[in-house]
Amino acid sequence: MLTMRDMTKSFLGNRVLHNVTLDLVPGEVHAVVGENGAGKSTLMKLLSGEHTPDGGRIELDGEVRTFAHPAQAQAAGIGVIHQELALLPDRTVAENVLLGREPTRFGLVDRAAMERRTAELLDDLGAVGIGPGTPVRDLSVARQQMVEVAKALAADVRILVMDEPTAALAEHEVAALCDLVRRLSARGLGILYISHRLREVFALARRITVLKDGRAVTTVATDDTTMDAVVRAMVGRELTSYYPPRAARARVGDPVLTVEDAGNERLARISLSLRPGEILGVGGLQGSGRSSLARALFGAAPFTTGTMTVAGRPLRPRRPRQAIGAGIALVSEDRKGEGLALRQSVRDNALLVTRAVPGRQRPPGDGALAELLARVRLAGAGHGAGREVRFLSGGNQQKVVIAKWLAARPMVLLFDEPTRGVDVGAKAAIHTLVRELAGEGLAVLLISSELPELIGMSDRLLVMAEGHLAGELPAGASEEDIMRLATTDRTALARKGGERR
Amino acid sequence: MTTETPTTPKAPGRPARIAALLGGGAPVYALLAALLVALAVTDPGFYEPDRLLAFIRRAAPLVLLAAGQYLVIVCGQFDLSVGAIVTAGVVVAAELYSEFPGAHWLVVCAVLLGAGALVGLVNGLITTGLGVPSFITTLGMMLILEGGVFFWTGGSPQGYLPDDFRAIGRDDVFGGLPWAVLVCAVVGAGAVALMRSGFGRTLIATGDSERAAALSGVRVHRVRTVAFVLSGAAAALAAVLVGGFSGVSAQAGSGLEFEAITAVVLGGVLLGGGRGSVVAAMAGAFSLTALFTLLNLQGVSGALESTVQGAIVIAAVGLGAADWSRLRRRSPSRGGPPS
Repeated sequence: MLTMRDMTKSFLGNRVLHNVTLDLVPGEVHAVVGENGAGKSTLMKLLSGEHTPDGGRIELDGEVRTFAHPAQAQAAGIGVIHQELALLPDRTVAENVLLGREPTRFGLVDRAAMERRTAELLDDLGAVGIGPGTPVRDLSVARQQMVEVAKALAADVRILVMDEPTAALAEHEVAALCDLVRRLSARGLGILYISHRLREVFALARRITVLKDGRAVTTVATDDTTMDAVVRAMVGRELTSYYPPRAARARVGDPVLTVEDAGNERLARISLSLRPGEILGVGGLQGSGRSSLARALFGAAPFTTGTMTVAGRPLRPRRPRQAIGAGIALVSEDRKGEGLALRQSVRDNALLVTRAVPGRQRPPGDGALAELLARVRLAGAGHGAGREVRFLSGGNQQKVVIAKWLAARPMVLLFDEPTRGVDVGAKAAIHTLVRELAGEGLAVLLISSELPELIGMSDRLLVMAEGHLAGELPAGASEEDIMRLATTDRTALARKGGERR
Repeated sequence: MTTETPTTPKAPGRPARIAALLGGGAPVYALLAALLVALAVTDPGFYEPDRLLAFIRRAAPLVLLAAGQYLVIVCGQFDLSVGAIVTAGVVVAAELYSEFPGAHWLVVCAVLLGAGALVGLVNGLITTGLGVPSFITTLGMMLILEGGVFFWTGGSPQGYLPDDFRAIGRDDVFGGLPWAVLVCAVVGAGAVALMRSGFGRTLIATGDSERAAALSGVRVHRVRTVAFVLSGAAAALAAVLVGGFSGVSAQAGSGLEFEAITAVVLGGVLLGGGRGSVVAAMAGAFSLTALFTLLNLQGVSGALESTVQGAIVIAAVGLGAADWSRLRRRSPSRGGPPS
């Protein structure tokens, strides 16, 4: 019923899809899987009319169609359920489901008919316990998703695109969603199911298309393949960059940071230890809790349970200031929003932490500051520290962030995607610097979505999935090892489903 | 994407220099100079020392208020209560003297400063602790103080201010140097020192990016509250000058909050925080006073003052918000910095 042929799309000269071809037959669940940034969401947005393709064509029942606007795609019978739900939170369920197609009576909206029709649709879906008159805000995410599906059905869609529908759901809710998907396909809908949770994919899909770096690597029938084969197809790529050699010195000494069975609303049963001089990598998919872990250790989104020690003393930081005082630093993934005061000078940014937390370390003088900026290899460090950081390149901005923390002489450095959005030269400089700092005895936690970076830099690797630690890997683990742990969550899920409200 | 590599240092480009100039308040100094020239042309006697000092004395309360308002604005807030603090300060001083006729002027000043700081503390705690936008908090505080003064005095304040108290607002310390000028200079020097200190830099960084500041360990609430306290104290000090200069009145400070905001904005300080210098803000206060003086000399009705002020606020904020990076696109040969 649907064929997408040779779909191609570039953003700002950056090609994110290369000739991707995909087809869908009625009653089929067709899964699209791939790493973060593989092009899954872009492909779906071409189908839903949110983006227009640069090349390729979409055929619906053998007829070539172009969608310049989401409304056109919807009129053609294509419904999309996004990762972020698109409901009006203050309207009722019925108002949302029949938005734009309200039944009328004498020219006025017929509320009774509206609620009746909505109740029928929800019954059809086996969604019990959702009152048509309830404001959507009061429903759980899982129930809001049901409402989204009902809304799509009210629009008579024949093709339903579901983008990471289980990302925000607890385990028992996932099971209910899987039932719903099966029911919909049994009614003849074609479903494109985007997910990187392979367990669900193997339970639901008839066929799987693997995207990698914007290309469709393979399309296989689920029965003819295995999870391992799919994971291999998702990752297998060459190590292209060169990473500085690991420090030779033996890592001895007591851990500078330990966490025992800690958790909060996003994390559960986190236990880890970090020793001086080691780089501990943390891998996992987007939303797996990597950044939450860094923010919890830093006190920005604190742990609410469990114990933590810093330099041997019990401390579970409740705010960043406390963590900073104890010698923990966080290089946030949001450099511009959280790392820097963009209108301030390099100097004011570099000294911010030492000025804000006077007990930790005295603000360096001009000489020490110049040394520090040279140390982080800030380009043009000699040109004066008076430049506003917003005029610096991404790489140089990141170096200012690192300088800001080094000025406070931390013991533990948490790096969250330290090389995102920086150019190749700055990236290499940051890698070398991180290695140097570890060599000097700092403990480093390195979060990265780039598997080669993670593998190239880490002395040891933790992999996260759904807010818990899915496993630990030694240095030199392969990309397949990491992805397998990140996508096939076998253990502990059932227990976790109970813990998470 | 950026292409700069660590081995190719670049000097700041044109937008950086323009922004630095604006941040340094260069336009306000040019404006002030132009106004002073215009004053000299209109009124040749303006530059006689005593008249010049009298001008500074007249500008002094607004300069103090602008310095205080600057601290609040640069960390991303507003203080609309300062005019009402001036009024309340003057009235309270008069009432204090009618209760304790023999009170020493230093004691009265200290009480006023303490009370002003206390009002600022309340403003700060409500804004940061309860999360009420400062615009609303201080607007409410303004109405509360104005109503309180009106209720207490029945519209016509009783009491008087003795000469030793009024000396600060209208007399000279020695040799023709007015007290008000001295106070202005001391407060100005203090404000400059404050803004160069670690606290001052932290305050600006907080206005620039609250999140980045908080994640760097800045106690955002405390820093902002201190700014409100200092603004309240500065307003109380302005009340001392206003009371001395013009005596007791239930309208002593009315409209001063907007004049102070206008002065700060005129000084190139960014509403919303994060950019601007305190010297430029105080220069903005002098400019505003000079402008009103000039209009007065030119025979423009005093009734138009608020009209002029309104136009200035809009123009200054509009120019400050202009996208100067467009200049770079018009002159591509100059080569901008990586963005």
